[in-house]
Amino acid sequence: MHLDHSHDGPSAVSADARRPDGSRRALRIGLGGPVGSGKTATVAALCRALRDELSLAVVTNDIYTREDAEFLLREAVLPPERITAVETGACPHTAIRDDISANLEAVEDLEDEVGPLQLILVESGGDNLTATFSKGLVDAQIFVIDVAGGDDIPRKGGPGVTTADLLVVNKTDLAPYVGSDLARMAADAKAQRAELPVVFQSLRAEDGVRDVADWVRAQLAAWSA
Amino acid sequence: MIATGVAATARIGARGDGRGGTALPVLEGDGPLALRRTRGSGSEARVMLVGAMSGPLGGDRFAVEADVAEGARLHVGSAAATIALPGQAKGDARYDVRLTVADGGELRWLPEQLICAGGSDLYVTTRADLGANARLVLREEQVLGRVGEEPGRLTSRLTVRIAGRTVLDQELACGPGSPGGWDGPAGLAGHRAVGQLVVVRHEFGSEPVTARCLGESAVLMPLPGPAVLVTAVAPDARVLRRLLDEALGSLTPGR
Amino acid sequence: MSRAALLVLADGRFPAGGHAHSGGAEAAVKAGRVTGAGSLEDFCRGRLHTAGRVAAALAASAALGVDPVSLDAAADARTPSPALRVAARKLGRQLLRAARAVWPSGELDALARAFPKGAHQPVVLGVAARAAGLGPVDAAYCAVYESVSGPASATVRLLSLDPFEATAVLARLAHEMDLVVDQAVEAAREVVDNGVDALPASSSPLLEIGAEVHAAWAVRLFAS
Repeated sequence: MHLDHSHDGPSAVSADARRPDGSRRALRIGLGGPVGSGKTATVAALCRALRDELSLAVVTNDIYTREDAEFLLREAVLPPERITAVETGACPHTAIRDDISANLEAVEDLEDEVGPLQLILVESGGDNLTATFSKGLVDAQIFVIDVAGGDDIPRKGGPGVTTADLLVVNKTDLAPYVGSDLARMAADAKAQRAELPVVFQSLRAEDGVRDVADWVRAQLAAWSA
Repeated sequence: MIATGVAATARIGARGDGRGGTALPVLEGDGPLALRRTRGSGSEARVMLVGAMSGPLGGDRFAVEADVAEGARLHVGSAAATIALPGQAKGDARYDVRLTVADGGELRWLPEQLICAGGSDLYVTTRADLGANARLVLREEQVLGRVGEEPGRLTSRLTVRIAGRTVLDQELACGPGSPGGWDGPAGLAGHRAVGQLVVVRHEFGSEPVTARCLGESAVLMPLPGPAVLVTAVAPDARVLRRLLDEALGSLTPGR
Repeated sequence: MSRAALLVLADGRFPAGGHAHSGGAEAAVKAGRVTGAGSLEDFCRGRLHTAGRVAAALAASAALGVDPVSLDAAADARTPSPALRVAARKLGRQLLRAARAVWPSGELDALARAFPKGAHQPVVLGVAARAAGLGPVDAAYCAVYESVSGPASATVRLLSLDPFEATAVLARLAHEMDLVVDQAVEAAREVVDNGVDALPASSSPLLEIGAEVHAAWAVRLFAS
């Protein structure tokens, strides 16, 4: 082989905390949850809340390629070079859990091209209640459900609801209209998750994403420490 | 009686004539491969390949060599389609085309179709070796069978090198006896005409052409070098020619 | 040489990105050329004898230790569709990442340094096979199997095709896969002696045309 001429080390093979040049890589937070629960809207709100204080970027994993990325681009929540779409072959859960290679490439390319970055949000395409992120891909994950999807979802549990580092119950403003019992959802979530945090949010409210943004700030403070 | 095929090699050599035109110091036909110089345009010399016999037949070995020197511009066409036919001799027929274009030379290689008649078995190789600043337009069209006829067997390999680097090497195998699936959904899917157009211009290096679809059955693709390939399939030769002509027109503004 | 290592490398769950690619099946399904098990089989057979044959010879050559840089250039020349070149490099980069974690090797590290954005997947496959202690035949088998298993599993998703039928298609192609592997390995041994021009260059017009048509769609399920 005639390949040994480069001075740089080859890129990392897994979720190493350091980049090949020795610098600390960005914190990676995954957002998953069922279709229509408000993952993309939460990502958009987080970008607006954090973009002035942090260097951040977004990776989307769409079912139909690029749909969520196109939404974020239209909303102009970040400059276009900070938003990347991973194509998942109709299986976003595979791309975030069983075969994370395309997502690892996407986050590394973002760090190379627009870095240094402090935070990368990795959004999964809408999937089912069992879809969770690999620890090889993200450092923490948020699972987003909504009150309109049925107030029995926290009781039913499943890996997303039970193990996510943060559970977000979205669209609380709709609870009266769809007959969802927020107190019951909170109690069920507590039973499933013990001490793991839960946030109830409505993005229609002023600064509706504040609690989730604060949680992200705390994660970042711990990561950077 | 054991039939043996015909071996024939035709040669064309083009040089600048020192007065802004192109001279043809070499113009050698051979047996069934006759060459005629025809009226060119501007600085371009034009040569017509005239099939004096039908062929190639099984067992035949045909070769055409064209060499274009610096400053020369050569256009080669053919008077009629080439028809591959089954022959008396055993085995396949071969047709080898060797094109060399030096830096600053230009070749337009635009023969008529190759028609593979039922029962024929032909192996074609076309190799173009170009200097870094040579220009080339090369068209190949394969038609499987005469009208309403089962096709013969064809294997056709096309190789293009620019300054020693291979930018295109591809082989098409079709017709009965070819590897499976040749007429299936990943092969020709019933299309009976298939063609390639290669255009090489050093300008493509600084202003790359972007890939584009020319309908559902033809695409224009930038190769890994200052060259593009148009690949097209069509129900017949007429539709194929129209697709390739349109593609060439889109790459050659003002012509 | 461990035969079990071949199973690890050939496993469809080997995390190297293949699940997001249809091997041209999505374009063929949309064009109405693949509609069920019969046409899927014909599609896979055509792909096996063209893209599969070339991939197998590249992988076997790389497994024999042929310079990956020259093999990568030969793969480029045999892949006129830019969409397919992009897909091949993307998959090569993903395979390289997985292989380096699974079978750490200096050759794989060197390949990653030479091709930070990825080499053609079959070339990486051959070097990965070496790192796994496998030989050219194993590498060729992986390549031919991937050339048909990718479209088959994508078609299960695209047409809701009965998965038993799709798997039976692969089983019926087994003998032809054996033949293509034999020819590919023979070609690879010639490459060792005579250089990369000895590689096969089998192509399929509709795979190239379909790949570019597919890449131009605004909405699609698979990356290629």
